[in-house]
Amino acid sequence: MNMSIQEFLQHMTNGISLGSLYALIAIGYTMVYGILRLINFAHGDIFMLGVYITFYGIGFTPIPWYIIFLLAPILTGLLGLLLEKLAYKPLRESPRITILISAIGASFLLQNLGILVFGGRPKAFPTPAVLGRILNIGGVSVATVNFIIPIVTIILLFGLNFFILKTKTGMAMRALSKDYEAASLMGININGIISITFFIGSLLAAMGGIMWGVKYPQIIPHMGVMPGLKCFIAAVIGGIGNITGAVLGGFILGLGEILLIAFLPSLTGYRDAFAFILLIIILLVRPTGLMGEKIAEKV
Amino acid sequence: MLKINDMTMKFGGVVAVNKFSANIENGQIVGLIGPNGAGKTTVFNVVTGVYKPTEGNVEFNPNETGYVISGLRPDKIAKLGVCRTFQNIRLFKELSVLDNVFIGSHLRLKSNLLSSIFKLPSYNNEERQMYEKARYLLEKVGLYEERNEKAFSLPYGKQRRLEIARALATDPKLLLLDEPAAGMNPQETQDLMGFIGNIKEEFDLTIFLIEHHMEVVMGICERIFVLDHGIMIAEGNPQEIQSDERVIEAYLGVE
Amino acid sequence: MKKKSLYLQIGIIVVALIALFFMNIYMDNYKIKILNLSAIYVVLALGMNLINGFTGLFSLGHAGFMAVGAYTVALLTMPLETKTMNFYMKPMVPFLLNLNMPFIFALLAGGIMAAIFGFLIGAPVLKLTDDYLAIATLGFSEIIRIIIINIQSVTNGSLGLKGIPQLTTGNMSEKLSWLIKIPIRTNLLWAWGIAILTMVFMKVLMNGSYGKAFKAIREDEIAARSMGINLFKHKVMSFTIGSFLAGIGGGLLAVHLGTIDPALFKFALTFNILLIVVLGGMGNINGTAISAVIITVAMEVLRFLDEPLKLGFTTTRALPGLRMVVFSLALMIIVIFKREGFVKSTLEKVRGKYAKN
Repeated sequence: MNMSIQEFLQHMTNGISLGSLYALIAIGYTMVYGILRLINFAHGDIFMLGVYITFYGIGFTPIPWYIIFLLAPILTGLLGLLLEKLAYKPLRESPRITILISAIGASFLLQNLGILVFGGRPKAFPTPAVLGRILNIGGVSVATVNFIIPIVTIILLFGLNFFILKTKTGMAMRALSKDYEAASLMGININGIISITFFIGSLLAAMGGIMWGVKYPQIIPHMGVMPGLKCFIAAVIGGIGNITGAVLGGFILGLGEILLIAFLPSLTGYRDAFAFILLIIILLVRPTGLMGEKIAEKV
Repeated sequence: MLKINDMTMKFGGVVAVNKFSANIENGQIVGLIGPNGAGKTTVFNVVTGVYKPTEGNVEFNPNETGYVISGLRPDKIAKLGVCRTFQNIRLFKELSVLDNVFIGSHLRLKSNLLSSIFKLPSYNNEERQMYEKARYLLEKVGLYEERNEKAFSLPYGKQRRLEIARALATDPKLLLLDEPAAGMNPQETQDLMGFIGNIKEEFDLTIFLIEHHMEVVMGICERIFVLDHGIMIAEGNPQEIQSDERVIEAYLGVE
Repeated sequence: MKKKSLYLQIGIIVVALIALFFMNIYMDNYKIKILNLSAIYVVLALGMNLINGFTGLFSLGHAGFMAVGAYTVALLTMPLETKTMNFYMKPMVPFLLNLNMPFIFALLAGGIMAAIFGFLIGAPVLKLTDDYLAIATLGFSEIIRIIIINIQSVTNGSLGLKGIPQLTTGNMSEKLSWLIKIPIRTNLLWAWGIAILTMVFMKVLMNGSYGKAFKAIREDEIAARSMGINLFKHKVMSFTIGSFLAGIGGGLLAVHLGTIDPALFKFALTFNILLIVVLGGMGNINGTAISAVIITVAMEVLRFLDEPLKLGFTTTRALPGLRMVVFSLALMIIVIFKREGFVKSTLEKVRGKYAKN
């Protein structure tokens, strides 16, 4: 194991920035699952839409990139909201398997719409020069974006935390995820809350997507599949329904993945399997995840 | 037949049943009563293995040898000869009435999967006997005419009888009935009482039942346990229970 | 009554086999290929329906088990020369290099290998419920795929395997040359024979005690285990049989295509089968078979959607992706508006009319 401190720090920054991205996407999964008990299979594809919207916004409009970076997530959030209205809302009373199938259908629909509209070939994400610069700090060379990603993530997490703990809507959201039926009897506007949940989840995914595009500038319509699956796994590892858990899971997965290939380069080919193996271990050892609560079954 | 020893069941911080003890003799019909939320169904869930008791245990001794069954899986307990019905009816809704009862005897099937796929004579024989038994039980509970209908399409009272038939198909020695008379009119309730006595004799059963209809409990139970807030407040024969002050208090809510 | 319907079914099967024989002679190659693929999808969809539709487990791991079956069959039937030609990047394990057996044994081995994987994976994973099970099985399917990419000396990695021997009418043509002239091409009787066998197998299984226990688990797990059904044991049984069928289907697919690589066994393949199962109706055997044929034919026929269209004088742009857009939309529309499965409800309607007359 001949690794200099510099190299190790480089891997760490890389892992932390990847973990931050996973965390942002995982939040969307966990919030939706908390309220609807649904794996939003299309969440990874919403993430992809966010990236493409940014791509076209920068490439085909005169609007400066930093405005696009704010507008695109909002637009993506609205698309997420629309997805819920069309694909999930009609099935709210159906068995869980039915709604899961609809989610899988939605995922494939978005991917293939992506191929149809954006084209199946990879495109280069237009990274603003400021973010692409490489910084050299004490022998550790890191792209600026790897610093910015954790910072943006932390700011977004604080914002989200404030929203959920301090605002009325946030409280309603928590009530709904604790006890769906009781909350609906208390006169909480369920449809409104669900819409907001999808909006926020998709917005965060798009934020993550933009930074993803800057970090890994090759974009294709299938790009959401793997991150989507992995971030769902991050949410499960942390304890699904628990936002802090999702963030924790995201970091565990991101760091773990990067450090695994850093320390054991011979396993590079198994990088994508790492997340799944971790998932299966967690599910078997602690099915409720690291921070999840146990739910008793009703007879 | 069944011995519950100082059984306590806690859910998180809530004590659903506290140090409940009961001894049920072979061939008895025993009732378990108490106000809503007293923990009656929890007792059934512990006996049938749905929950593992926090403290205490449950012994089952169909003949001389007894063994602890608490903590075993529900299907093992069913195989030993303890079967139940559910308060909020749990039939196999989309399956036919006949299949519901047929499935009840699946646990006694000796043939393995392969002999069922290749339809070996040993399997065919067993299957025929299972169907015969299912038909017989359906006749017994008066549902033979409806045998090809889907379970969910039956009216409420018939669904309860179907649940009993399905439980009988498992060849139980101890039968637990969770509110068998719920939702029945007086005539049906009368019929049910006769029916319970009847199956007890024919299948040589011991019956443990939860019921809110007092005329059923007082009419057929030899002994009665009364639960309130998870604690047993009385035990005795119907006369003793009816005159017990604590029981009257628990039911009428006298301070 | 029961006897009569048995004879009827045997009759249908005999007629179907004769029809297939003549189709093999008179249909063109392209149509035969589609028809052959339909049969493979019948087997695959029935396997998934056993797990998802009849037992009520939500598994998304079909593609992984298919990969196991496909690779087993390919490695056991490819002749030595083809193997050495394929493994130019990294030589093959000597033990496998010389291993060779007739197709039918290879296919069985493929099914059994997939069943072993199903058993080993099912045993830990089937303790999970609903969506957790879905994601864990999907995870295992991906792990299988990733392993196949990485064990180059066994599977040839991402290069895949080319030149898997096909099942042609060659033999039949030779033997029946005195009677009829049979062109040499894909032999439909193999895939369809296995598809019909699978249908019969499923009917026998589902009408038996074990099949009914599976259905009971789907209907109500708590009631089923209170009736003495060992949930875990029965779930593992169903999952293992389903995996076996996936392996058989995968093996047939490998032979049908002649070429396989790990990218073939992505989640999209599981999605296609799920689409068939949902369209045909969860827990419906005939519906699944009909739906498998409809979807396979439609997938092929609608290929034109992805290609440039000639409309009179102008040619439209090629629209790759449109075909799958249509199919994903179809899936969503079916689940949102027709919960029961389209083919199943249509079948019931037809039967209703028939019964009234």
